[in-house]
Amino acid sequence: MPSFVIPEKCDGCKGGEKTACMYICPNDLMVLNTEEMKAYNQEPDGCWECFSCVKICPQGAIEVRSYSDIVPLGGSVVPMRASDSIMWTIKFRNGNLKRFKFPIRTTPEGSIKPFEGKPEPTAADLDNELLFTELGKTMSTP
Amino acid sequence: MALPNKPLGELPAVENPEIAEHECDVLIVGGGMAACGTAFEIKKWAPNAKTILVDKASLERSGAVAQGLSAINTYLGENNPADYVKMVRNDLMGIVREDLIYDLGRHVDDSVDLFEEWGLPIWKQKGDEGKTLKEGGKPVRSGKWQIMINGESYKCIVAEAAKMALGEQNIMERIFIVKLLLDANKPNTIAGAVGFSTRENKVHVFKCKTMMVACGGAVNVFRPRATGEGMGRAWYPVWNAGSTYTMCAEVGAELTMMENRFVPARFKDGYGPVGAWFLLFKAKAMNALGENYMVKNKAMLEEYPPYGLAKVPATCLRNHLMLKEMADGKGPIIIDTATALQELGKTMTPKEFKHLEAEAWEDFLDMSVGQAGIWAGMNIEPEKIPSEIMPTEPYLLGSHSGCCGIWVSGPNEDWVPASYKWGYNRMTTVNGLFTAGDGVGASGHKFSSGSHAEGRITAKMMARYIRDNAGFAPALKLSAKELADEIYKPVKTYNQFKGASTSADVNPNYIKPRGFMFRLIKASDEYAAGANALYMTSGPMLKRCMQLLEWLREDSEKLAAGDLHELMRAWEQYHRLGTVEAHVRHMLFREETRYPGFFYRSDFPKVDEENWRCFVNSKYDPEKKEWSVFKKEWKQIIPD
Repeated sequence: MPSFVIPEKCDGCKGGEKTACMYICPNDLMVLNTEEMKAYNQEPDGCWECFSCVKICPQGAIEVRSYSDIVPLGGSVVPMRASDSIMWTIKFRNGNLKRFKFPIRTTPEGSIKPFEGKPEPTAADLDNELLFTELGKTMSTP
Repeated sequence: MALPNKPLGELPAVENPEIAEHECDVLIVGGGMAACGTAFEIKKWAPNAKTILVDKASLERSGAVAQGLSAINTYLGENNPADYVKMVRNDLMGIVREDLIYDLGRHVDDSVDLFEEWGLPIWKQKGDEGKTLKEGGKPVRSGKWQIMINGESYKCIVAEAAKMALGEQNIMERIFIVKLLLDANKPNTIAGAVGFSTRENKVHVFKCKTMMVACGGAVNVFRPRATGEGMGRAWYPVWNAGSTYTMCAEVGAELTMMENRFVPARFKDGYGPVGAWFLLFKAKAMNALGENYMVKNKAMLEEYPPYGLAKVPATCLRNHLMLKEMADGKGPIIIDTATALQELGKTMTPKEFKHLEAEAWEDFLDMSVGQAGIWAGMNIEPEKIPSEIMPTEPYLLGSHSGCCGIWVSGPNEDWVPASYKWGYNRMTTVNGLFTAGDGVGASGHKFSSGSHAEGRITAKMMARYIRDNAGFAPALKLSAKELADEIYKPVKTYNQFKGASTSADVNPNYIKPRGFMFRLIKASDEYAAGANALYMTSGPMLKRCMQLLEWLREDSEKLAAGDLHELMRAWEQYHRLGTVEAHVRHMLFREETRYPGFFYRSDFPKVDEENWRCFVNSKYDPEKKEWSVFKKEWKQIIPD
């Protein structure tokens, strides 16, 4: 399937213009069945298992069942993504469990001010080889 | 009337889509690391220019870094750009554009510093925690050029900076650009592009003065080892369809080194990264008998001086040694994670060992979660059980350990040879058309950070180009309606003929994108040195491949799409076809085996330095509709 949607949990993002999973899938796989108001993966063998839909789903309604032609059944990998860290729960086929937590970001989401405190190029600077944040440096040459 | 004629997706296509026309100064096609670099840089150099970025997906999770990364593979730090050139030159068997690589090497760290400033966590050595790279904090290096990161949100962070810099109103998502457009009056000059929305029946026509195209490399251009669900678990992003190469080639941009390919040796089936395992955790690879084939087959490296004799032999040659074991029936090939972690653990406290185990898992969870799924499903705990590794199906790309792509100008500086520069750094041979990342040929080992820096370089150059060509008013050759008809042709074909069969997918009048792709990858795999042929081909095999591709090209006129998702797939397959044709054309022209381990020509089995230490370039003439393939002189800039 790779990613699959658990019907009891999916609310079709309440009939919004686009569902979260449809918004995020880099390969345009997630679609909404508008009669059932449930999302589904329309092309399972095009799924990269990137987990973007799993991480973004507000209902926790999406999981991944590993590729049927490769992986024995029974294991699972489930993320819980917060704004500064991600927690992974790994369940092995034999029932063993592992949990890992990693940082993902040191600044608040939406806080980037790309030009704050950066040099302001002049028209003449357009003719040198420096990027705008490098202005004032000397470019090395071979 | 077709009976079960339900289209695949939920967004049926109509025959006459709405048309939207847009005018801008700068058009950015693509949304990955390179495009985000351009978006970040452009406003500072062209503050008054109208700039639009068009992405096939959503910027937050598009491109090769969508899933995240566990390392940044190009950060120079204490190294100098000349040594970076030497490393890349050796890894890519001698034929690279040293000007482009040197130039990248002197800019790349600036992008990495920005990533950290924006919020990307970068591992530091003990004692330097909390200190940024810019403040002199020492990174944890897995190799001479690589640094470790907590990179799950790498792309989200870089995309946020791009959005903030360019303005969200200038970013158009879910629009797939499929054709570039030349100017109606000025020869060999870019003037626009056309694409369509994958969310509504709408064709978008753009007019622009300059353009940067960076839509990644090419995946699923060879039959993958997994052909069931696992086909999605490509090593490189499965949505990279060769769009960069095909679109630029069709308007006449000269291609270079399209014979080059990359065949990564990775954890089998999940394609988890091996870099940290080899370099950081010091794991060894061996055959089923426990023999370290890098030691056992060392003499095979000596056959390829100087590339096999370097401290780190060229990537293709490392494959070459592994393939010997596979061909001799001595597989499976094993990466001994267990011994490596136990060795490291000998001097560790239990708490430190727990941390090491987490690092090993994070390597996968940050960038190829599917591999962690395999470990879970197969009860593999890496500190106890070794894993299999294997060379994958071939990929075509220009930013990783491969170097196919487009021939671009180098920096306009005195040290750059005259044949390497024509005014604007990273401009293709088409006026006003720039590329970066996977698009730039003969310049591999950029990876994520280098692609971003290269995108930034193009931004400045596009600003310069607009300033120098202030009087240019782009004009398109075809009307918006004519363009829309061409883009939506697969939809018309589908509707015209769907009544001829009770099956939507089996119809004598058309071919669906899925069948088209399988025909393409069967031909490339069988005849053009795919994984199932152990990467072996020859002149006669390649000629046969070209015949099959010619028929496929004729049939590309009959691609059919019932919904918007399928229309996207139809154009992706069209792009894949153009890229594979270029690859085979170049392979046939280069009469030697330059990349043993990536592919072999049985009729020319050796590296031939005397005749082939040169670029192979090719060019399509859009007027005459003819291809030419030719040699281009290689110049050494950095001494051995």
